[in-house]
Amino acid sequence: MLRFLLRRLLWFAITLLVVMSVSFTLMHSVKGGPFDNERTLHPSIEANIKARYNLDWPIWRQFLDYVGPLNLNEKRATFLGGDGSDVWGGVMTGDFGPSYRYRDFTVNDIIGQSLPISALLGVVAMMWALSLGVSAGIASALRRGGKLDLALRLAATGGIALPNFVIASFLIILFVFWIPLLPVAGWGTLQHMLLPGFCLGLVFAAYIARLTRTGMLEVLSQDYIRTAYAKGLAPRTVILRHALKGGILPVVSYLGPATAGILTGSLVIERIFFIPGTGSHFVNSATNRDYTLAMGVTILYTVLVYGLNTVVDLAYTLLDPRIDLENE
Amino acid sequence: MDAPRWLRTGLSLALLAGVFAAVLALAGRARLERADFVFNNGSEPQTLDPAAVTGVPEGRVVRSIFEGLIVQHPETLAPLPGMAESWTISDDGLVYTFRIREGAKWTNGDAITAHDFTYSFERLLHPETAAEYSYQLWYAKGAKAYSTELDDDGEPIPDFDTTVGIRATDELTLEIELEAPTPFFLDLVAFYSLYPVNRRNIEEARERWPDDWRIEWVRPENIVTNGPYKIAYRRVNDRIRLEKNEGYWDADNVAFETIDILAVEQYTTMLNMYLTGEAHWIDRVATNVVPRMIVREDFDPTPYLGSYFYRVNVTREPMNDARVRRALSLTIPRKAICEKIMKAGQLPAYGVVPPGIPGYAGIPAGKEDPELARALLAEAGYGPGGKPFPTIEIHYNTAEAHRDIALAVADVWQRELGVNAKLLNQEWKVYLDTQTNILYDVSRSSWIGDYGDPNTFLDLWVTGGDNNRTGWGDPRYDQLIADAARELDYEKRMELMLAAETLAMEELPVLPVYYYTTQNVVSPRLGGWFNNTQDVHFPKFWYWMDDAELATKRAAQQAASIEGNATEIIEASGPSAGLYSPAARLERGE
Repeated sequence: MLRFLLRRLLWFAITLLVVMSVSFTLMHSVKGGPFDNERTLHPSIEANIKARYNLDWPIWRQFLDYVGPLNLNEKRATFLGGDGSDVWGGVMTGDFGPSYRYRDFTVNDIIGQSLPISALLGVVAMMWALSLGVSAGIASALRRGGKLDLALRLAATGGIALPNFVIASFLIILFVFWIPLLPVAGWGTLQHMLLPGFCLGLVFAAYIARLTRTGMLEVLSQDYIRTAYAKGLAPRTVILRHALKGGILPVVSYLGPATAGILTGSLVIERIFFIPGTGSHFVNSATNRDYTLAMGVTILYTVLVYGLNTVVDLAYTLLDPRIDLENE
Repeated sequence: MDAPRWLRTGLSLALLAGVFAAVLALAGRARLERADFVFNNGSEPQTLDPAAVTGVPEGRVVRSIFEGLIVQHPETLAPLPGMAESWTISDDGLVYTFRIREGAKWTNGDAITAHDFTYSFERLLHPETAAEYSYQLWYAKGAKAYSTELDDDGEPIPDFDTTVGIRATDELTLEIELEAPTPFFLDLVAFYSLYPVNRRNIEEARERWPDDWRIEWVRPENIVTNGPYKIAYRRVNDRIRLEKNEGYWDADNVAFETIDILAVEQYTTMLNMYLTGEAHWIDRVATNVVPRMIVREDFDPTPYLGSYFYRVNVTREPMNDARVRRALSLTIPRKAICEKIMKAGQLPAYGVVPPGIPGYAGIPAGKEDPELARALLAEAGYGPGGKPFPTIEIHYNTAEAHRDIALAVADVWQRELGVNAKLLNQEWKVYLDTQTNILYDVSRSSWIGDYGDPNTFLDLWVTGGDNNRTGWGDPRYDQLIADAARELDYEKRMELMLAAETLAMEELPVLPVYYYTTQNVVSPRLGGWFNNTQDVHFPKFWYWMDDAELATKRAAQQAASIEGNATEIIEASGPSAGLYSPAARLERGE
C-alpha cells in the first residue's frame, strides 16, 4: 500500500509539472493580456503596470518565479543578485500569487473563499445523485425489461440529454414564480442549496443509475448470488449485502472523476443561481487572461482529479478483494 | 478477503463527519441580515483602490465608501461640496483653490487635511502605483512629467513638491495649478480617480506585509475610508456589504443603514432577483425582454453619455477614401437598429458626441441616402463600370446584439451598394488586440464619456492618440481640439468642439450608429435616485419613500406623461413605511 502511494506521488509530481508548463506556455501565447482594455493605456502607464506584475520579464523567468521555490524579484536570494530579504516564493511554497483580474485578492484567497462553497454544493448534489441514482439503478435491474425499468431508463437518458440550464429554468418557473417556495438565486441557507443541488446532481444521478443497473445485472447472474438465495436469505439481504457490493463497483470508479467534475464544472449552475463557487473561475480566468488565477484553478483541478482517482483505487481494494494494488 | 470491519466503519464515519462539519461550518457562520437596500453591480469590482479603479461597477463601490473634494447632484450632476467645503477658480482658469471641510474624519479617526490630497494625488501619479487613470490628473502642472519621466530604477526624475502644481498651502487649503485652463476640471475632480486615500492605512500595511501590502490595505478589515459607507463584508463574485459610516460628516442625511452590492452577471438571474424583490435596482436588461419592460414605470431609459460606432481602418484600400467611408455611413440603417434590435429608446447617431451635454448642439440628425452613397462609390471608382469593391469584414466581439447589428449593416451594404461584407467575431481580448493593432476593415466600438464635456469623446481621434485605433489623423482636427482645450469662453469652446466633430463626420474615421440610453430597472419607491446622463449615482442621497410620497410621485409622473402614454404601475419593492435619514425624520416630525 505504501509503495503504491509513493509511486503515485512521484507520478503526481511529474504530471503536475507537465500540466503547469504546458498551460503556462499556452496561456501566455494566446493573444491579449490581462490589462488590455477598451481604453488603450499610455505607453508609460502600460509599462508601469507590466513592471508591477513582472510581465516585462522573459517568459522562462516568469515561469520559474511562478513555480518557485526560489523568488526571482528584487528580494531574491543574494546568490541570484537580489537583496535576500525574501528568498522563497511561488507555487512550491503554497503561494499562487495575486489575481490579475480581482486585484484585491490573491489566488489563494479566491480559491479559499469559493472552494468550500463548491464543495458544499457538490456534497448536496452528490448525495442526491447517489441516493436517486443507486436506488433507480437497483430498481431497474430487478425489474429488468419491465415497465418500471423502461420508465427509469427513459428518465435517465432524459437526465443525461437535457442540459441542466433547461432543467434549472423550468424548476425556477415552477418553484419560484408559480409556487413561491424557494429563493430564486443566491447562497447562504439550506433553501438556497436545494434547486442548484438538484440541477447539478441530476445528470450525475442519471449516469449513476445506468452504471448501477449494468453492474447489478452482471452481479445478479453470478453463482454466489444464487448460493445466497439458496441459503434462504431474505431477498433484501441478498441484494443490499451481497449483490450491491459488487454491482456498485462501476459507480465507485465513476465517483472520482464525477466528484472532480461536480466541484469544478458547476459553471452554468453557479451563474444561473448566482453562487460564488469555483466553477466560474475555470472559464472566466481564461477569458480575462487572469494568468495566475487560471494557473491556480488548473493546478486545483489536476490535484482533485489525481487525488480522487487515488482515493477511488483505494476504495476498490476495500470493496473488491480481487484487486491488489501492490502488483498494479 | 474483505477489508477489516473497523476500517470500513471508520471510513464511513469519517466521511459523514466531514459532510457534517462542512454543513456546520456554513450554518455556524453568522448569516448576514437582509440589507436595507440591494442593488446589482453586474460584475465583481476589479479593485477598490480609487487610484486603480477604471470601470463602472468599481466606481459605484468607490463612490459609496470614499468621498472626493466634490460630489455631484444626483439628478443634474452639478458640483456639490464634498470633502471641500468651498472652492475658487482664478480668473485665468489656471488655479483651483479648495477649502477642505473642517472636522471631516477618516474611519480610523484621523482628521482629513489638504495633505491627504497631496499624498493621494502624488500616489495616483507615481509610476509605482501603476494607475491606469493617472492621466486624469495630467492637466495639473508638471503632473505628466512626474508620471512619465523616469530614471533607470523607474523612479520619477522631477521632484513632486517643487515641480508639480499640487500644494497644501495650509492644513485645510489645497491648491491645484493647471498646465492650461481646463474648463471641465471640476468634473475630473468629482471623478473617483481623484478621491483621497489614507496615508497611514497604506504605509502601515506596507510595513506589516512587505509582499502583499497592495492587497492587504484594501481588505475590509484594514481599509480606511471617508465616505458615507464602510465595507463590512466582501466575498469574491458574491457581494459587498456596506454599513453606514456614523462618523461621516453628513451622516445625518444618510438614510440606509446597510446596502448590499451584488455581482450577478447573468441577465436572467438579475431580472429574476429584481422581480422577486431580492434586488431593488439592476442596471441592465436583456434586449429580448425590453418590450415587456418598457411599458412599466420602473424601466425608463434616458439618454446616457455613450456612443456606439464602427471604427474604420483608413490605412487600407478601399476605406482610405473618404468617399467610400461616407457611402458606407450613408446606408447604415440606424433607425431600424434602434427600433428593431436595441428597442430601449436608443437614438440614431449621426455624430460621436451623445446629446445631453449642456450648451453643446451636436451634429444634427441626418438620414440615410442610398442614392448619394452609390454616386459616391461610383465617383471613387467602384461599382458598375468601375473596379469591383473588395470583400470587407465587420469585426466585433462575441455578443448577440453586436452580431444582430453587424448582420443588419452587412445586409444593407450588400443590398444598396453591392458591397460584400462578411462578419468576423472574436473573443473580447483577441478583439481588443486586433483593434489596437488596426488589423480590421470595420470594427464595432463604443465609448462612454468620463465627464460631461465633448472633449471626452473628441480627443480620441487626435493624430496618434492612444485610443484612436483607426490610423486617421488630420492637423486641422488636432488644432481645433488644442484650441478648444485652451478656450475659456464656454460658448466659443463648444463652437470649436462642434467644428472638430463636424470635420470628423466629414472624414468619418468612425461611422456613428447609435447613442446609448440608461438601462436601469429600479424600484419606484427609491428616492434620491435619478437617471442621469452619466449614470452616476451617489448612495448618500438614497432613501425609501413611504406610500404617501410614492403616490405623490406617481401622480406627478402621470400628469407629466403624454396622453395615452401612461406607464404600467407595478408593485414597488421596499418598505411601505419608507426609510428616511435622521435629518428627514426630524423634519417629518417623527
